[in-house]
Amino acid sequence: MLREIRPAIVLLLALTAITGLAYPLAMTGIAEALFPAQAQGSLIEKDGKVVGSALIGQEFKEDKYFHGRPSATLAPDPNDSTKTVSAPYNAANSGGSNLGPTSKALADRLKEDVDKLKAENPNAAVPVDLVTTSGSGLDPDISPEAAQFQVPRVAKARNMPEDQVKQLVTSHTEGRLLGLLGEPRVNVLALNLALDRIAAK
Amino acid sequence: MTVIGWLQIILYCAIVVALAKPLGWYMTRVFNGERTFLSPVLRPIEAGLYWISGVDEKREQHWLTYTVAMLLFHVGGFLIIYGLMRLQALLPFNPAGQTAVAQDLSFNTAISFITNTNWQNYGGESTVSYLVQMLGLTHQNFLSAATGIALAVALIRGFSRASMRTVGNFWVDVTRCTLYVLLPICVVYALFLVWQGMPQTLGDYVEATTLEGAKQTIAVGPVASQVAIKMLGTNGGGFFNANAAHPFENPTALSNFVQMLSIFAIGAALTNVFGRMVGNQRQGWAILAVMGVLFVAGVAVTYWAEANGTATLHALNLTGGNMEGKEVRFGIVASSLFAVITTAASCGAVNAMHDSFTALGGMIPLINMQLGEIIIGGVGAGLYGMLLFVVIAIFVAGLMVGRTPEYVGKKIEAREVKMAMLAILVLPLMYLGWTAVGVVYPTAVASMANAGPHGFSEVLYAFTSQTANNGSAFGGLTGNILFYNLTGASAMFVGRFFMIIPAMAIAGSLAGKKTHPPSAGTFPTTGGLFVGLVVGVILIIGGLTFFPALALGPIVEHLAMNAGNVF
Repeated sequence: MLREIRPAIVLLLALTAITGLAYPLAMTGIAEALFPAQAQGSLIEKDGKVVGSALIGQEFKEDKYFHGRPSATLAPDPNDSTKTVSAPYNAANSGGSNLGPTSKALADRLKEDVDKLKAENPNAAVPVDLVTTSGSGLDPDISPEAAQFQVPRVAKARNMPEDQVKQLVTSHTEGRLLGLLGEPRVNVLALNLALDRIAAK
Repeated sequence: MTVIGWLQIILYCAIVVALAKPLGWYMTRVFNGERTFLSPVLRPIEAGLYWISGVDEKREQHWLTYTVAMLLFHVGGFLIIYGLMRLQALLPFNPAGQTAVAQDLSFNTAISFITNTNWQNYGGESTVSYLVQMLGLTHQNFLSAATGIALAVALIRGFSRASMRTVGNFWVDVTRCTLYVLLPICVVYALFLVWQGMPQTLGDYVEATTLEGAKQTIAVGPVASQVAIKMLGTNGGGFFNANAAHPFENPTALSNFVQMLSIFAIGAALTNVFGRMVGNQRQGWAILAVMGVLFVAGVAVTYWAEANGTATLHALNLTGGNMEGKEVRFGIVASSLFAVITTAASCGAVNAMHDSFTALGGMIPLINMQLGEIIIGGVGAGLYGMLLFVVIAIFVAGLMVGRTPEYVGKKIEAREVKMAMLAILVLPLMYLGWTAVGVVYPTAVASMANAGPHGFSEVLYAFTSQTANNGSAFGGLTGNILFYNLTGASAMFVGRFFMIIPAMAIAGSLAGKKTHPPSAGTFPTTGGLFVGLVVGVILIIGGLTFFPALALGPIVEHLAMNAGNVF
């Protein structure tokens, strides 16, 4: 058995160096050469400043923007570092609500949000993704129904005809891959950037 | 449930089955030490590794030596991770300035990664440096996976050899698995993931100013290289806290589909390796069929339950299924499918929060793990777990007809059956025993995030997941406290090694036996009767051990929900 001790040390260190350093560093080099934009995090710049990532959702509260899904991400409480406070779309601490199917807290939160949305647009059914938090708290997308639901509010806030906003939503709707994989969706940040571009003209 | 949803599930199953044969052919060549198309590049590296570490690749090991070598390898792996986590503040590649990780959390995490569990009591982006992610966690993702595969191959050799004292050489199996199987696939796979949008950088976290003028710190890092092996090696430990739900860790529907395929690819191919090595590929297909029956049944239940939604959602006229904790780009079907796959295998990556699943939708992941993750299972671990159940099933069949049971030409006798039962019984001891402690110990009770039966499910899930070396969680539970860090580590340790050692004892005992040619009285182990028998034995043993615990958790929660209760 003693002859097994040398490989347990030397082979472990050698394989660790290969898989833990050589492999990730080589991948970093190749990825940055082949796919520099993705490797950096698919960042979006506007006037030379980073406004976010195409893949990471951000919080929108103003009426003139389409809103993403509720987010359950947290951040350390600035007053007491042992506690956490709600910090929607905190992209340095991803996570979901973890509220279960019989949670009273979830039932109350859903009711409150549904009532708010019904008041905003009484004519349409409330889409489920607009009141549920995502798994990461950073979901960049909403369903096409959730985008259409918000059209009247956005159009009113921007003094734009509803049809024009609706059309913009349709042109930003991505379908399933090959008509099969995934779900139809609208990237909220991309849609809002498009709205701002129209406004700038 | 929709037609498009079921088409995605069928396409997934078809590709997994189609990949099993070519990958099984390639892996058989690798573990038989034959030349492969990668040999011109990799053979010099392989020979160099043996030379510096003093390994004689021609010298085979007795099962006990093989097991001791594996254990020594893990002691070293444990020390590397523990040391790196404690010292990360002093080491390079730490742009976010992470401080030393606490002793109990480092201990839990080190055990978690050497046992291929990857239970996360730490939050990736908020706790550990890039160096720990690469040198500590990525390396152990490779090596714990390679170890599992090596052990499965050693057990297969036990079945396929006759009258021999040895089962292979651990160092050679681990090295060849890492170099010829895991690394080449990961290189291509990681680049594919970057192309899909996954970051791969050593740069700082990005400071963005949102359209509404708020500050957003965006965590990035060398994600793709780690995610590739995390899925392929059924490790599951996420780069980010939200794991594969995080858009950087799973950017598109395509990246999600390929990640699901990579969880099952090696485990499914190992059934083919088994068939090839024992000289009849149909033996492998029969085992894959047992796994397939249990898998599809689980997918159907979870998909139905999630698409159906909850009473709370129905009361508010919200249709479209239970989207709490799920991402829009995956929707109900890809989230349900992923949850069943990740717990059938011992992966534990999640693309949706299992804690927010419906009671029945979340019960299937629990059952998958409590059965010992034998439905494809962890790379290697799934096959040797399943072969333990096969031993029991063959024994039961032998009792029914009054003959000494045989499997692939080997007589299954008292020693093999005792070892198989030991491995199968030690798992419930851990997850039921610690759950019983967890629901009465006040500090542990205070860690539950949900009240009512769901809180019980959270604790049961935590210990089940760790015992089964899965690593997924009902994430609301605050796991990072001394109690859970220590009890969890013990569950992961026992769940891994008390399954491995009996399995290796069986390998050694079988390798020494003669092979008997099949006769008219031999129970055929390639047909539907055998598949049905094994499925039955699995469900009976499983049902008797954990059904009472499920009744206290998900089942009573489902009934309470239908009665309109919230907690």
